[in-house]
Amino acid sequence: MEDRLARIRGGGPPRRHNARTIAALTGNPGCTRRAVLDSAGADKPALAERLGFPARFGQSRFAITRGNAFEAQVKADGGKELLRLVAERLGVPVPEGATWTDLGADDDRPERSRAALTASGNGPALFDHPLLGLDVAGTRVHLEPDLVAARLAGRFHVVEIKSFPVIDGQADPGKVAAAAIQSAVYVLALRELLAAEGHDPELVSHEVVLVCPRDFANQPVASLLDVRRQLLVLRRQLARMARVEDLLAAVPAGFTVDPAADPATLAAALHEVPARYAPDCLAACELAYFCRHEARGQTGALGRPVREALGGVEEVADVLALAEGSAAPEPGQAEAAALLRAAARLRADALAGQTA
Amino acid sequence: MSTLRALARAQAVASGRAQPVATVRHLHLSERPLVVVPLALAGEANAPLAAMVGAAPDEARLLVVPQPRNRDQRFAFAAELAAIVLPYLDEFRDLTEAVPVDRGRDVRHRYVDAPQLLVPNPAGITFLRLFGRSTRFRRTDGDYPVHQSVPLLGRWLTFFAERAEQPGSSALLALTEALTLHWATGQSVVEDLHLPAVLGWLDPPAGLTGAEAAARAEDPAHCPPAGPATDPDFDNRRLAPAIEAYTRAGDDPAARAAAYDELAGLLRDQLAPTWELMWRGVGLLRTLPAGARVAGRWAGDRDAFTAHAEHVDAGGGPQPRRDGAVAAALRLQRLERASTAWAVQRAYDDPLVMAEHRLSGEAFVGEVTLADPARVDDSGKRPVLRPRIQVVTTEPVPMPVGARLYSPQRPAQKATVVFVTPGADGKTEVVLELSGGMGRGLTAPPGSVPEVGERICLTSLSDGFLPGGAFPAPEETPWTHGGPPGTAAAPPDPAPAEDWS
Repeated sequence: MEDRLARIRGGGPPRRHNARTIAALTGNPGCTRRAVLDSAGADKPALAERLGFPARFGQSRFAITRGNAFEAQVKADGGKELLRLVAERLGVPVPEGATWTDLGADDDRPERSRAALTASGNGPALFDHPLLGLDVAGTRVHLEPDLVAARLAGRFHVVEIKSFPVIDGQADPGKVAAAAIQSAVYVLALRELLAAEGHDPELVSHEVVLVCPRDFANQPVASLLDVRRQLLVLRRQLARMARVEDLLAAVPAGFTVDPAADPATLAAALHEVPARYAPDCLAACELAYFCRHEARGQTGALGRPVREALGGVEEVADVLALAEGSAAPEPGQAEAAALLRAAARLRADALAGQTA
Repeated sequence: MSTLRALARAQAVASGRAQPVATVRHLHLSERPLVVVPLALAGEANAPLAAMVGAAPDEARLLVVPQPRNRDQRFAFAAELAAIVLPYLDEFRDLTEAVPVDRGRDVRHRYVDAPQLLVPNPAGITFLRLFGRSTRFRRTDGDYPVHQSVPLLGRWLTFFAERAEQPGSSALLALTEALTLHWATGQSVVEDLHLPAVLGWLDPPAGLTGAEAAARAEDPAHCPPAGPATDPDFDNRRLAPAIEAYTRAGDDPAARAAAYDELAGLLRDQLAPTWELMWRGVGLLRTLPAGARVAGRWAGDRDAFTAHAEHVDAGGGPQPRRDGAVAAALRLQRLERASTAWAVQRAYDDPLVMAEHRLSGEAFVGEVTLADPARVDDSGKRPVLRPRIQVVTTEPVPMPVGARLYSPQRPAQKATVVFVTPGADGKTEVVLELSGGMGRGLTAPPGSVPEVGERICLTSLSDGFLPGGAFPAPEETPWTHGGPPGTAAAPPDPAPAEDWS
């Protein structure tokens, strides 16, 4: 199995996952192409580049600078301000002080993170940069989050510091959704860590604390996010990827996407593994522009609502043929064909100026 | 997404060009709309970076914030923007007209025209809304004084952003939405948020299909994004060095001016293509004739403009950060009514929109085969004129007996379904009893009753008056909704104390 996955990615080392890429896995769970490539750890950005459809996930250095500055500000002073924010948001008394453990600085991080997080003790504690692990498609993935795990009143809370603003109690819904799914990855990893040591995984709360700048200033404000739904989605997709054998059963035996290969060969190989392109992929998957190009002429590329409104007919050419009545509907398409014919007639009438 | 619109998208894919989904323009277009193309600095909370503003293609003014993180420069930008926007608003405050109210017993005055703001996309509206929020509470005295025009600008921007929430309002429009309301592209709604791509489908350069033009418009190296977000690559390679050079120039006037020019040139290059596209889009919209009910909705925008101008003149306070319970309920009801009226009026104005409702069974078109215009119902206390007509249609008629239908041709008239008789040949006979829209006598004036042979459209959509709900006064807010807001003497909402980085 390992060999087969290595062959798929072209022999190189598997690309490492982080919370962002794991979170992105939940975006389009029905896409086999993506599940296979991600399970194999293929280098999708390089692949997309090679295919001539480079991904556009650049980050502005202004955004990076601002994010780092805000994080440093919130974590300053041994996390004193952070502790107050989190405790107040959770509605527990603000402790006199808490231990601050930065797990990011030394070499033996996985072991130290494990030991620190599972050590007995119930006192208030903040753990910065914990190193967590998660099994993705049969391989252990190490996560190095910039986050803080807070132990307050005996429970762990994942604390995520983000630099998008919360203005009058509202933030950009897209950014909140992305933060929620990423935090869910950390909750899951933290729970697995505790469970492996014989602790109750429920010690990690499903409510994560999101710390953002408030309004237009740099004052931090804490909000609670319930990530139960995200946890469910994540578990399901990870379980699906764990059964990588099932996934590979649908993939041709010699399938490989070695980025060194000729672009035409690569494209031909990818066509063998079905994708399920949707416009949402553009914001989540590095290969999306390639898949969109491939999905040209399909109603799904216009968005699922369009496809449904067209009676679920897959090809644009078929839609138009059915609408014109120049093609006989296949079994099961009778209703869609009648709808499309009626729509085409009404549209033509109205455009021809027949008011009524 | 209606099937008719989805079909138009499919046709756009096949033909390589955007396809019409409206036969008339459903939005008001001002002769001098104020086009605003804003850019924001990545990572910051709605920090303006630059803007191109003007009311005509050759009146572009470029505003630049050389150090977007600098609080003073942010408000200097706000003051510069106010120096364009506020005089523009004043252009519309000369002429008023009298509008009868209270059944003609009184009149009120409203401006005969109103300002209109155009931005490239919905994110541009969000930018203006947040910029209004960040400026309307600023004080002109105290620790961080701002120019007196800044809070006023904030209140007006908030006004426009709130109007933009109301379906059918044309006070502040996102051009992508205005265009896709009238044309279907061959791409998804996600991709329709990108103005250059939409115009690529609508008006591709010679030799390119819409799909090719749209794909080309997606490459930020070829076509800068329409804002407010900038291209990260531009940020990293061009903008950051230019901002650093400006900062390094320090107080040396010559170096500073040179660095400013460099920065302004970069930003102009990012904004100018979008500026051109904005006016091209406006030109495309102008090719459509306005729908019959557009003027009525624009009158609503003029009413709102007049009311807000009077509120500001009378020394009224800025819009609160959040509505109270009663205000929120009122707003919700107003938006719901506007949304219903907007959908109905578009269908009444535009047979292509009505076709969507015909397909979904809310309307049908048929031919009048029998008419009894003189029929009088004398079963009640007084005889009343109740003509009957029979309409034969090939379309499905799912309306039950007793349903009230309306016809866009005679909006004041109600038609009640009396019989529905499906025929063997796929046609349906519908007998309708008419009331209203025929004067007060027992004889219908000519033309008020459909004649035999006329093709008419009948729909369950009503453009009639929707009664407003009864809401308590704010001081009588029930306890279930938080009770009355604090003591009436308390200031409405003190300016939130915010310090700026």
